[in-house]
Amino acid sequence: MSNKLIELKDLTKNFDDQQVLRGINLDIYENEFLTLLGPSGCGKTTTLRIIAGFEEPSSGEVLFNGIEISKLPPYKREINTVFQKYALFPHLNVADNIAFGLNLKKVDKSVIAQKVERMLKMVGLEGFEKRDVTLLSGGQQQRVAIARALVNEPKVLLLDEPLGALDAKIRKQMQFELKKIQQEVGITFIYVTHDQEEALTMSDTVVVMNNGEIQQIGSPIDIYNEPENRFVANFIGESNIIEGVMVKDFLVEFDGFRFECVDKGFEEMEEIEVVLRPEDLDIVAPEDAKLTGVVQNTTFKGVHYEILVKTDLRIYKVQTTDYAEPGRKVGLSFEPEDVHVMYKMGAY
Amino acid sequence: MLLPLYLFTLVFVAGPLVYMLLLSFATARSGYGVEWTFTIDNYRRILEPVYLNTFAGSFRLAFTSTLLVCFLGYPFGYFMSKLSRKGKKQAMAALMLPFWVNSLIRLYGWIIILQKKGLLNHVLTSLGLTGKPLKLLYSYPAIVVGMIYVLLPFMVLSVYSSAEKMDWRLVEAARDLGAGRMRAFLTVTLPQTMPGLLSGIILTFIPSMGLFFIADILGGNKIVLVGSLIQEQMTRGSNWPFAAALAVIMMIMTTLMLKLYRRVTSGGRLEGIG
Ligand SMILES: Nc1ncnc2c1ncn2[C@@H]1O[C@H](COP(=O)(O)OP(=O)(O)O)[C@@H](O)[C@H]1O
Ligand SMILES: [Mg+2]
Repeated sequence: MSNKLIELKDLTKNFDDQQVLRGINLDIYENEFLTLLGPSGCGKTTTLRIIAGFEEPSSGEVLFNGIEISKLPPYKREINTVFQKYALFPHLNVADNIAFGLNLKKVDKSVIAQKVERMLKMVGLEGFEKRDVTLLSGGQQQRVAIARALVNEPKVLLLDEPLGALDAKIRKQMQFELKKIQQEVGITFIYVTHDQEEALTMSDTVVVMNNGEIQQIGSPIDIYNEPENRFVANFIGESNIIEGVMVKDFLVEFDGFRFECVDKGFEEMEEIEVVLRPEDLDIVAPEDAKLTGVVQNTTFKGVHYEILVKTDLRIYKVQTTDYAEPGRKVGLSFEPEDVHVMYKMGAY
Repeated sequence: MLLPLYLFTLVFVAGPLVYMLLLSFATARSGYGVEWTFTIDNYRRILEPVYLNTFAGSFRLAFTSTLLVCFLGYPFGYFMSKLSRKGKKQAMAALMLPFWVNSLIRLYGWIIILQKKGLLNHVLTSLGLTGKPLKLLYSYPAIVVGMIYVLLPFMVLSVYSSAEKMDWRLVEAARDLGAGRMRAFLTVTLPQTMPGLLSGIILTFIPSMGLFFIADILGGNKIVLVGSLIQEQMTRGSNWPFAAALAVIMMIMTTLMLKLYRRVTSGGRLEGIG
């Protein structure tokens, strides 16, 4: 990841009187796999369509290599899109679909044939040239759509929930393949999904969005381990979220006890929220822990047990490989680095 | 259950057709008379220049009308499909409204507009666009106007129903892949709406071969079409076998056109009426 390729600056978008984007600031780098992650309706597609050139922002700038492009029509941008439901041309066969962009550019027929063949090989559809696209499976159509976009050698590929219509197994495989293709062609992928697991497995950078605003930008590990607010913590994985106060640097208080932590830079006695991931909690003997409670429910989940522990104030969710029978009095322990302190949000 | 239906079809559809076919090989006698002796003279007579010209003229008119209906109806149907739900309803109502009035009466409306002291001439002279009133009625253009007027809704509806079903993301895909607006239209929109356009053409061309009453009313009997010729042979000419032969030829031509259409759209049904 080297140079800045795309910069979104204070981007807003209104549809009628509804504000859909409320000031998006985002830098996207060369060769980056960046994912816009957020619940349905948060403005991911709109952001993507502004980058592609199908929508103009209501205000703000879109820079491409430092040049403002928000008024440039889509066909003049070195950006191609893989659409949500593929949008293959039904009146053209596989090869003609893929060659569509090259034909428009009047590329030599023999060159086109070569490139199409190379693309089909890359997406694993060798020999499919003459097939009718409407008779292909969802996964195959998706591959054609990817080939159709990549054959134009764009600097950026936009993918809007490209795996949304596929069943779980093909989805997993395509996730892996997409990542591989991105590394092979070495261009920027901007990927949209509402599936947090997909975002975490594939991306270099995850951008969590909600309600037309960016909540957090970071690597998958950062996003998972250091959610900046309750929304991110809730959206990414399962969490115990507890209100508390930051006594001072490295010391936090919640549920009536003070705990060591690794966070600093908050004001003294600032109201904050704490995230404890279920897999970071351990069941110990009651006398070894500050937090104690009674096991309410234990469910076997395959690799681990999911155990609900009821304390005086709340129910903690714990994921552990150790069994604890319901009704037992237990303690909850965790390490200082497992305590993630977040700014408190008003709205959620 | 099926038998009555079968009989009905036999009697009321196949019956007259067979009768017409037989009639076309019979010999005419004076005063509406028909003598059942086999002859192909009726068909041979069609090859006379005067009748061939009638066919050519009918074709020319049908072709001109269809072409103009395409150019007017396609954009109409296309843009109609892009309207809001309310806009679509209004456009549809505007399109269907004339059907509530008998088509003959509507054509007489055109006489009022086009005649020498009519509405159009009044507007043109008062705007100073022309010194003396133009001769608009009883001319070839007047017939074409009438044809367009009657046939336009079929084209509009047919294109509209095709454009309605169109996946507009395909246009975005084309634009994304490097097509300007015009290229995107030609490479995606047009092929996608082609079934609608083709059925529109069929729905325009075939009737326009037979809509002789428009030529009679707005053309003032000056331009003879196959339709008027058939009618004349059945009435004043009192030659039913010849009229039948003309009708058979017409029918063969329309059937061929439908076949061609089926081939082009590979067995597709008529858009909007299928
Ligand atoms: N063309 C449009 N006209 C009006 N509202 C729109 C349009 N496109 C999107 N919206 C609205 O903008 C919001 C964000 O939509 P979108 O960007 O598609 O979200 P996402 O892709 O995150 O699900 C939604 O409330 C949606 O209804
Ligand atoms: Mg979306």
